Amino acid sequence: MEQVKSFYETPSPAGLTGIKAWLLTHDHKRLALMYLWAVFFWLVLAMFLGLALRLELMFIGETIMPPEIYNSIFTLHGVIMIFLFVIPAIPAIFGNFFLPIQIGADDVFFPRLNLFSWYLYMIGGLVAVISLFTGDGFADTGWTFYVPFSVSTETNVSLTVMAAFILGMSSMLTGLNFVTTVHRMRVKGMGWLQIPLFTWSLYATAWVQILATPVGSITLVLVVLERFLNIGLFDPDKGGDPLLYQHLFWMYSHPAVYIMILPGMGVISEIIPVFSRKAIFGYKGIVVSSMAIAIAGSLVWAHHMYTSGMSDVSVFVFSLLTFLVAIPTAVKVFSWISTMYKGSILMTPPLLLSLIFIYLFSVGGLTGLVLGAAGTDIHVHDTQFIVAHFHFTMFGGTGFAFFAALHYWWPKMFGIMYNFKKAYIASILITVGFIFHYIPMFILGLQGMPRRYYDYLPQFETGNFLAGFGGILMVVGMVLMFTNLWASFRVRVKASSDPWGGVTLEWKVPSPPPLHNFVEEPKVLDYPYDFSEVLKGAANSKG
Amino acid sequence: MEKTIDKTGVKIGMWIFLYSEVILFGGLFVLYAVYFHNFPEDFALGGKELNRIFGTANTLVLLISSFTVAASITAIQQRKKGLAIGFLVFSLLCGVTFLVNKYFEWGAKFHHDLYPNSDRLLDSDPGFNIFFGLYYTITGLHGLHVIIGMVLLAISLVLIARDKISAERYAMLENSGLYWHLVDLIWIFVFPLFYLVL
Repeated sequence: MEQVKSFYETPSPAGLTGIKAWLLTHDHKRLALMYLWAVFFWLVLAMFLGLALRLELMFIGETIMPPEIYNSIFTLHGVIMIFLFVIPAIPAIFGNFFLPIQIGADDVFFPRLNLFSWYLYMIGGLVAVISLFTGDGFADTGWTFYVPFSVSTETNVSLTVMAAFILGMSSMLTGLNFVTTVHRMRVKGMGWLQIPLFTWSLYATAWVQILATPVGSITLVLVVLERFLNIGLFDPDKGGDPLLYQHLFWMYSHPAVYIMILPGMGVISEIIPVFSRKAIFGYKGIVVSSMAIAIAGSLVWAHHMYTSGMSDVSVFVFSLLTFLVAIPTAVKVFSWISTMYKGSILMTPPLLLSLIFIYLFSVGGLTGLVLGAAGTDIHVHDTQFIVAHFHFTMFGGTGFAFFAALHYWWPKMFGIMYNFKKAYIASILITVGFIFHYIPMFILGLQGMPRRYYDYLPQFETGNFLAGFGGILMVVGMVLMFTNLWASFRVRVKASSDPWGGVTLEWKVPSPPPLHNFVEEPKVLDYPYDFSEVLKGAANSKG
Repeated sequence: MEKTIDKTGVKIGMWIFLYSEVILFGGLFVLYAVYFHNFPEDFALGGKELNRIFGTANTLVLLISSFTVAASITAIQQRKKGLAIGFLVFSLLCGVTFLVNKYFEWGAKFHHDLYPNSDRLLDSDPGFNIFFGLYYTITGLHGLHVIIGMVLLAISLVLIARDKISAERYAMLENSGLYWHLVDLIWIFVFPLFYLVL
């Protein structure tokens, strides 16, 4: 089995060499790696931008940048993190790489469309970069591009919005590709309830991408139209209603947060059973909850707008729906915990990161209920509390799931293993930094410090100082994590085809996999998380 | 690994894409619904400014072209290459007619001082301005889709001429046809919303 040539050595289409073998490839695995490096670049950039913001806020008054730059930087941090990191990270990298393998296919259904999506992603990123250096500076509206400010500001909003439009298209086409792949390319014998949970979560995500993204696209097109033609569709002077912009925007962008978190939950659902050596608790419950989150999550958008002047009836309805989303989310968390109960736990970096995910994401989810309740939301609306909440879900959730996925699938993607000790230290550093960074923001928010403000009153100084300190710690941890992974390329400790004892199909193929993924016809388990063989093997080797 | 083409899969992909286009216009129809609810009288006034004869003619042109596109697919299935090309050329001509009509229609509106930020619209009731704002946005975006559809049909035409599309392999033509039907379908909704709004 080890003699098979990996996909690194066999270009697709055949005959391509050098850089062409990458830039023109149809191979989902190569595309996944190309996404990996691009996403990685944006993550590091936006991470340092975020750090710059918190350094600025560590002390009262101007610390390292003037207010105009501050506005542009928080917009840039948001735009990059949302559109170029969190949305594409897990589906485009790990989804592309592992979705076809998990269902026993040799590629996605539309390989050329997949390449096209990657180019759209790169072009979107490029347009964002161009908008930085042209016109009157980068947009300063925040990533939400709210009217009327986004229509009237002098900065280069049009180009930034176009970048988001192109990136949306890229994400939607990836979703389309995944849905078709899951429907048409499952290996014989794999019914819907034999699909691994990571693939299930990507399937649910893909539907949200297809459902929601076009609404976002048309909203962004309207912003550009308003800027050039000044039609007045959102201008009260001309009969328009600015609130409608917010509705349209969140009709996409709220479902988008489920695009961000669902794949992360899928990663955790893979990792927990493998390292508990125990079938996942409530497989069907997790599948159903993924779809339930996708559906219910599409109907809660107006909870961003409690203070925007909606009717009380709308506030009531959207608050109720928001609470409903908590139920399938909690089903997942309980299933993960129950999976570990009485399991035979093997501690590894991916499992540690998953455990941290469960903890941080739960805090994020529960504070989400504080915001979902219309009464408490009035008090903390648009404060640092919000910033802390969504970083707990987006970074503590998706971010940590991304790190966990990196550590879980790294040996499969590259065929090499990293240093465990450094991975543990980095994970703990990031977590401690994370808590120091965001917990003060919860308190600052409750005390009334608004978000996106350049400066603050003296009573907020301690909190902001602590947050900045935590931020530094967190960035140090992340740099350590990335250098540790990077170092594995130089040390090159070879990884076996199944270093963790996983049972889904990606662990049945060589590391790294060959061009067509499978050396022999994939065998599908009746139940995708059956560890009896792995446990038997462990008992035999002990003796 | 040689594989046979999974036609059902290709169709699923195309239908999902079409669905996303419907949602794209759906966002605009939401705007229309809200503003129609806010300003029913102004919308009725705005509708009277539009030329129903032009609108009806364009509706007919698109409906006929939808039929001829479907006919060209049937022709290809029956290996009648010349007929298929003929039907496609006719459909493309219909597309051109539609756009020319639209050009004259928009031109007439400009002539009557009805365009975004024109003095007449700025002085009129807000609802009247919104009606024409939506009119230009939706018909403009629809026009763009007509052009995209024509490009797809033209590509199919070239592929048929070069025998790349045949009775065994016509997914490209079929999907271009589906796209063209979508363009037609959206117009079927746009037409009454603007021209027949009373």
